Amino acid sequence: MYIDSIKNGYVIDHIKAGQSMEIYKYLKLNELDCQVAIIQNAKSNKMGKKDIIKIDKELKLDLDILGYLDSNITVNVIKDDKLVEKIHPEMPEKLVNIVPCKNPRCITSVERGLDQICVLTDRENRVYRCKYCESRIN
Amino acid sequence: MKNLIGIEDISVEEIDELIEKAKDIMKNRDKYSEKCKGKILATLFFEPSTRTRLSFESAMLSLGGNVLGFSSADSSSVQKGETVGDTIKVVGGYSDIIAMRHPKEGAPVVAEKSTTKPIINAGDGGHNHPTQTLTDLATIAIEKGRLDNYTIGLCGDLKFGRTVHSLVTALSRYKNINYIFISPKELTIPDYIKKNVLEKNNIKYTETTDLEGSIDKLDILYMTRVQKERFFSEEEYIKLKDVYILDNEKLIKAKKDLIILHPLPRVNEIAVEVDEDPRACYFKQAEYGRFIRMALILKMLNIK
Ligand SMILES: [Zn+2]
Repeated sequence: MYIDSIKNGYVIDHIKAGQSMEIYKYLKLNELDCQVAIIQNAKSNKMGKKDIIKIDKELKLDLDILGYLDSNITVNVIKDDKLVEKIHPEMPEKLVNIVPCKNPRCITSVERGLDQICVLTDRENRVYRCKYCESRIN
Repeated sequence: MKNLIGIEDISVEEIDELIEKAKDIMKNRDKYSEKCKGKILATLFFEPSTRTRLSFESAMLSLGGNVLGFSSADSSSVQKGETVGDTIKVVGGYSDIIAMRHPKEGAPVVAEKSTTKPIINAGDGGHNHPTQTLTDLATIAIEKGRLDNYTIGLCGDLKFGRTVHSLVTALSRYKNINYIFISPKELTIPDYIKKNVLEKNNIKYTETTDLEGSIDKLDILYMTRVQKERFFSEEEYIKLKDVYILDNEKLIKAKKDLIILHPLPRVNEIAVEVDEDPRACYFKQAEYGRFIRMALILKMLNIK
């Protein structure tokens, strides 16, 4: 399968197979007007199967979202057809207004104007909790 | 400790200090009767809880201070749609310290960001209720003379009962405590308490459905009620509500120096006849709640 290489933009590589649509959704890639390619189940020596997303535009990528969703991801930054940087997004300590708390008894379900804040409480097990009610987010 | 949101906000040393202070207050009531003169405690109860509110108000009045507040959301501006943040900003200007109860979990976290005045969480949904835990700790410390080295049985609804989760978490910081969890199979202690609190700290515990068979081993028996509002079906509630009823007969095999605690209000889980038994400490426990809250108010207002 052949997909045009990109001139200026990003190749998000080593996405766990099946996770690319989740990332597409969180990064709101549907709102872009440039070319976006999603490759699912690509062959990978390291992972067996993986997903890849290519974005043909220089934009501000939210690395926190990527680090939260999957910290094994590699972000390749492409400028003038060349790979200029490889970024490994880390798990952020805090997520602001990215994931809502699902606890219906949480104050965030009723209080207006409140930022939805999640805090990394257990790095080893990748556990995020709501800053308010402390229920598990992921 | 500027605010008290959850029991983990207080160190073991601070807990000891509060208990010592509470004991001193009990002995020297006159010495403390005007300590908070001119100070105002706001009791903001967005959800009614008469017992807890009266306990706070009694504590502040016993220190010579004043109280203001509301006892349910329908008597307040909340009904007109005011946020917790705005309510606290306003009341912070009217008072020196705020005790709040709210049906939504995490509400006190919003409150602490909205004022410079100290905030005491008097219960947020099924989440935290640290002054109940402080009351439980004070009762054990006063009645047993120590917070370590004993076997404690916790009986009833261990699944939804936040007072139990909070007490177990607080006690996990003390040495040589053996836990016996007594509950119906449907209401056992949650896995996250077992994993994150007990097993993580290498604490011994056993789980059983048998109250009578365990009672002779206990130094402390903490009874809880099965709360109707936690159940999805009436049927399930009726099936489980009276599984454990502590009565004089069950107490025959218990140790002479057992203490029986209960966060109150009770329904049927402790027979009224037990009230006469010297081992029944639950009404004393409520009274200690007043003195530990007095100690807490003093500490949070930086009054010696
Ligand atoms: Zn929450």
